[in-house]
Amino acid sequence: MLVCETPSLSRRRLLSAGGALFGWAYLPAFARAADRRDPRLVVIVLRGALDGLSALAPIGDPDYAALHGDLALRRDGEHPALPLDSFFALNPAMPNFARLYGARQALAIHACATNYRERSHFDGQDVLESGMPGPGHVESGWLNRALAALPSGERVASRGLAVGAMPPLLLRGGAPVLGWAPSGLPAASDDLNARLLDLYTHRDPILAAALRAGLDADQIAARQGMDGLKPGGDIALAMQKAAEGAARLINADDGPRVAALAFDGWDTHANEGGATGRLAQLLGGLDAAIAAFERELGPHWKDTAIIAITEFGRTVRINGTVGTDHGVGTLAFLAGGAIAGGRVIADWPGLRPADLYEGRDLKPTTDLRAALKGVLADQFGLSPQTLAAVVFPETSALKPMAGLVNA
Amino acid sequence: MTTDDARVLVAFTRFGLGPRPGDLARGGDPREAIVAELTAPDGARTDDSALPRTSEALQAVFADQDRKKLERERLSGENLAKNAIPAPDVAALAPTLGPGSPGVEGASSMEGMAGGATTGRVEAGGAAMPAAKPSPEQQIFRAEAAARLARALGAQVGYLERLVGFWSNHFCVSIAKSNITHAAAGCFEREAIRPYVTGRFADMLGAVEQHPAMLNFLDNAQSVGPDSKAGRNRNRGLNENLAREILELHTMGVGSGYTQTDVTELARILTGWTIVGREGRLGEPGAFVFNPNAHEPGSAKVLGRVYDQLGLAQGEAALADIARQGAVADHVAQKFARHFVADDPSPRLTARLSKIFRDSNGDLGALARALIDDDEAWSAPATKMRNPWEFVVASYRAFNRSAADVGPVLNALNLLGMPLWKPSGPNGFSDEASAWASPEGVKMRVELAAQFARQAKDARSPASLIDEILGSSASAPTREAVMRAESREQAAALLLMSPEFQWR
Repeated sequence: MLVCETPSLSRRRLLSAGGALFGWAYLPAFARAADRRDPRLVVIVLRGALDGLSALAPIGDPDYAALHGDLALRRDGEHPALPLDSFFALNPAMPNFARLYGARQALAIHACATNYRERSHFDGQDVLESGMPGPGHVESGWLNRALAALPSGERVASRGLAVGAMPPLLLRGGAPVLGWAPSGLPAASDDLNARLLDLYTHRDPILAAALRAGLDADQIAARQGMDGLKPGGDIALAMQKAAEGAARLINADDGPRVAALAFDGWDTHANEGGATGRLAQLLGGLDAAIAAFERELGPHWKDTAIIAITEFGRTVRINGTVGTDHGVGTLAFLAGGAIAGGRVIADWPGLRPADLYEGRDLKPTTDLRAALKGVLADQFGLSPQTLAAVVFPETSALKPMAGLVNA
Repeated sequence: MTTDDARVLVAFTRFGLGPRPGDLARGGDPREAIVAELTAPDGARTDDSALPRTSEALQAVFADQDRKKLERERLSGENLAKNAIPAPDVAALAPTLGPGSPGVEGASSMEGMAGGATTGRVEAGGAAMPAAKPSPEQQIFRAEAAARLARALGAQVGYLERLVGFWSNHFCVSIAKSNITHAAAGCFEREAIRPYVTGRFADMLGAVEQHPAMLNFLDNAQSVGPDSKAGRNRNRGLNENLAREILELHTMGVGSGYTQTDVTELARILTGWTIVGREGRLGEPGAFVFNPNAHEPGSAKVLGRVYDQLGLAQGEAALADIARQGAVADHVAQKFARHFVADDPSPRLTARLSKIFRDSNGDLGALARALIDDDEAWSAPATKMRNPWEFVVASYRAFNRSAADVGPVLNALNLLGMPLWKPSGPNGFSDEASAWASPEGVKMRVELAAQFARQAKDARSPASLIDEILGSSASAPTREAVMRAESREQAAALLLMSPEFQWR
């Protein structure tokens, strides 16, 4: 549940002109004192479990083509996969990611997973987003706790942006969060909002905090020229539009520095497609979203890290309906000017029958949470102690992965 | 506040869909009004005469697909992707959608695999109507949505409709899956949910898992036993999606003791549960059918019990046994209490509901009755935020608005993050307050409340609005804010956004 950030905020102050409205919420310009960087972090949750083997194919693995059957990517043919190195090739739906990889601004971590080993989407997403050791903890997400743990004074970064009418669990919790979603309605009058804030301040701290945060995001959106942005029927276009909107908000000098987006639809049980088809369409949307961040962030791109993560993977063999069922090991995409890219990080487990997890899934050999801890440590300077105590509890034995972010 | 007044309000807010003008003044025993709904002869059934059966709805979809395919073939070589072809008018559905309609048996297609042709289509759905003539599934969806809204606005208290909403979300399908689910989501609720909300859980489960909308939504329509005739001939096989969600979401709940092997075995048992294709070789196109050629032969073992029945009986026996598992009672009781009473209901209340579910062998009417017979359900503080459907419907009821045009309601639900019959996954929409009390969600409610207030053109004084909608629950600050509004319109918007209206 959201908490009230500034209980002393008076209605009069809120009613004053636009610029002053944000005076209380943000410090003017934020930079990490040590190195003058202004880091930004975007986390994209791919809900439904991404088939890592069709997104980034281990084409050099002798067992891959036979196991992944009709879905397997190939080096040749009408839609050849994009080789990243001699072993891995990217789904051709992701040309922007391949370009960024070439420019050393993108990397992938393969055969990774959280510590969750069952195959329920919802429990898997709970673990992925809550950062807790097991399912059933839905009070707060790791990204929110990371925000809350930032040193006081760095308040610009200490607000997260949740894109969509429903905040992802990742960003729920004690730290204040802005919300934004494309809308086609005329905005309610300022006077009505002010009266409601006044009423809520007397009666209802939960509604007060939520409305205040919603209005803040709105104001930034208006100033960034985002009026009239509407979600489209085309899924790839919708992903791109959400990314554009989020990028403009975090690009603002007084905007949030952390954003969370969730893209649905990755649960490809049937007719998954390979180099083309349903999964490729979704990957194309993700690729367009990453490109939109790069385009909109302009000079801030160099300090930006984007991480795309999913709750688990899918079976190595295709199922009876030319799709894949729930599996364990999968991959994560990292992109951005801040990312030390140009490599695939993988302790490749192999795909022989004995190599598979429970005989059916890609065996996870890298703990995704180590990578998440590494990015948080390098982007925001969070200490290993804080990361293990608060952000990802009970992970003191799991070291943050070093070197994901440019020094 | 007198106790009686408070109980009337709780009846309308916690158990119902909000008071309409005059409802609070009418008085009477609120519990009896709810019992009267529960025992009404037609229960939660709607007047279906103007709406298609599932098979009719799917035949309209098949016919539309065939017609578009023929059109494409005729104009082959040209790119038609951007030129929407006018769809046939299905306004007068029932008479035009018989199996003999022109086009239904026309183009070639894969028999028994109706789900396969269209899965994977991802679209906006809901109220975003394109300029071109709506497709059959869009027209049917709108007619179904209008019927659901009319029923919600016309209900005396609305407990039955809340039960429909609860069970429809428990066993959800999504129109985003395919044009099959798009066309059949409303039928699914009318055919597999409404008849059973005061009936038996096992019967609802059976109806749900055999419904074409569910079989398409969770891919079972395409699942083929690897050693079945079709599996050997066509090199197709198992899809365990439906089997997993039956155990995880529909019945026992995650972590309740079933294993991956149980999931796979149940998936084998359910092979052959599919939808008749457009050519009608196995029956009426678009209807449920058991296809023996796709069914995995032999016995299977689920939760320690061996099923060696032949054909459809194997799956029906397995589902009937699963419905009796103790974990089902706990899972349902927890969700039921969470929906109506609190995000974290008291262990005493959930234990009591679970016991009644178990002792009555899954009698959902007894479960619904047990909730309104429990003092805690009446006295617990209002910590649940009305979900978007409840908020929009309660707003319409407060202003006595008719269901003349369902478009604005669908649009509002999209904006509030609860598009009708379109949850983002098979676990349905969230039932926790924190999910709805989000910054974007609350801001959007304000904008919609302002819109509803503009459209309501309500001539009532702010004072009578308070009395008729909030009654004795109105706090002094809310009363003051509404009374000091600069216009009747603003008073109405403030009232809809008051804490008393938002929480239940």
